[in-house]
Amino acid sequence: MSTVFEDRLEKLRQNFTDMGVDVSEQIYQSTKSYIDHDVKLAQQVIDGDGEVNGNEIKLEKHAMDLIALQQPVATDFRVIISYLKSSTDLERIGDNAVGIAKETIQAKGNPRMPDVEEVIAKITKHIRKMLEQVLEAYTTFDALIAPTIVQEDHKIDEYYQTTRKVITTGILANPETAIAASSYLMVIRLLERIGDHIVNLAEYLVYCETGKVVELGETDQQLS
Amino acid sequence: MTTNETVITTKDVRLYYGEHEALHGINLDFQKSQITALIGPSGCGKSTYLRCLNRMNDLIHDVTITGSFKIDGHDIYRPQQDVVSLRKKVGMVFQQPNPFPFSVYDNVAYGLRVQGIKDKKIISQKVEESLKQAAVWDEVKDDLTKNALSFSGGQQQRICIARLLAVKPDVILLDEPTSALDPISSAKIEEMLLQIKDQYTIIIVTHSMQQASRISDKTAFMLNGDLVEYGDTKKIFLNPEQEATSDYLNGKFG
Repeated sequence: MSTVFEDRLEKLRQNFTDMGVDVSEQIYQSTKSYIDHDVKLAQQVIDGDGEVNGNEIKLEKHAMDLIALQQPVATDFRVIISYLKSSTDLERIGDNAVGIAKETIQAKGNPRMPDVEEVIAKITKHIRKMLEQVLEAYTTFDALIAPTIVQEDHKIDEYYQTTRKVITTGILANPETAIAASSYLMVIRLLERIGDHIVNLAEYLVYCETGKVVELGETDQQLS
Repeated sequence: MTTNETVITTKDVRLYYGEHEALHGINLDFQKSQITALIGPSGCGKSTYLRCLNRMNDLIHDVTITGSFKIDGHDIYRPQQDVVSLRKKVGMVFQQPNPFPFSVYDNVAYGLRVQGIKDKKIISQKVEESLKQAAVWDEVKDDLTKNALSFSGGQQQRICIARLLAVKPDVILLDEPTSALDPISSAKIEEMLLQIKDQYTIIIVTHSMQQASRISDKTAFMLNGDLVEYGDTKKIFLNPEQEATSDYLNGKFG
């Protein structure tokens, strides 16, 4: 392939990496703002979302130009499709992080449940690790990480279910926490959704490496 | 797209073979430092139009050309226009590589000698420069005395391009320069054109949509002697104005 193509693909790769770094930071800051009750930081996350959305549009345009003008096939084609598809999920992850930041602002000042906030911190740590692992794998398009990501996501799902129960029991025990609790329910739901988007990112890695379109979250046997 | 200096302006170009009108009033401008691709089905007039730009059609019997052709503001069909100097300024590369049956060195030096350059040092320097620019130097540098015809088609084509570059043209016309070549040789020529395009005005007739989309800045789509659409290659390939352009690019006819 020509150096023009290589240059443009490199730009696309850079777009994607930038987006990944930004989104990872969004998750970190939004959950930190939530746990620390830091409204100012939350606002920063909300304000910064435009940049991530702008990066996604840039990446999409680059990818479309590459497909239409360079007409890549085989591996190059799969790489571009993987970037294009995963940019949508990255952008959604960013939206979910913004959702968490908005909850920070709304929930501030109401009676809380410290033990739930601890679990949220734990889930966040997990999610960020998953995202880092999958983005790291994108640098070499190595799909070996996929089974690990799916397992991690199952753990997130379990956390989600158990934490939900803890929250509802908490409301019954202390109705004053109801406002905070509704926010917790929202936040753990958003975190759980982020987990699903990270699984999607792993799916595109599998596609890129093998050419197979898979649905990893549903059944584990597709991984073997 | 950056706006570059317009080098070639053509207006209402009509070409007749006897009574038959083959080009129906083409208006096209070409800019410096850009590659323009002329595309369209066989017989649409793209090569005929291209050959008007260095008056190659003058050699064909019973051809009448009307309209205006200006290169750097000068009418190239004016009576006092010297055709040889025009073709030096507007070089052409053909589908079939056509090196002279001499050595690589003599092929590239040919135009320089015709110009009256005698200094061997200068000639050697320009031969090397041109072969390097044409991205064929590394492959021929140890065989400069070998007959140019003994090289592969792709190498011959690049030797021909070097021969053309040696006389420092302003405009390079390429008439399907890679259709007789394998994909690797084609890619080398495309890559080379991209590298040299800053210094020239390049117009390429091609049947390969991929080639047009990969290397050109602008694309003109012709059909049955008419110019259907002309614009930035990105626009033409992603969102053409005309249905016919889209149909042709998608292989629905032609």
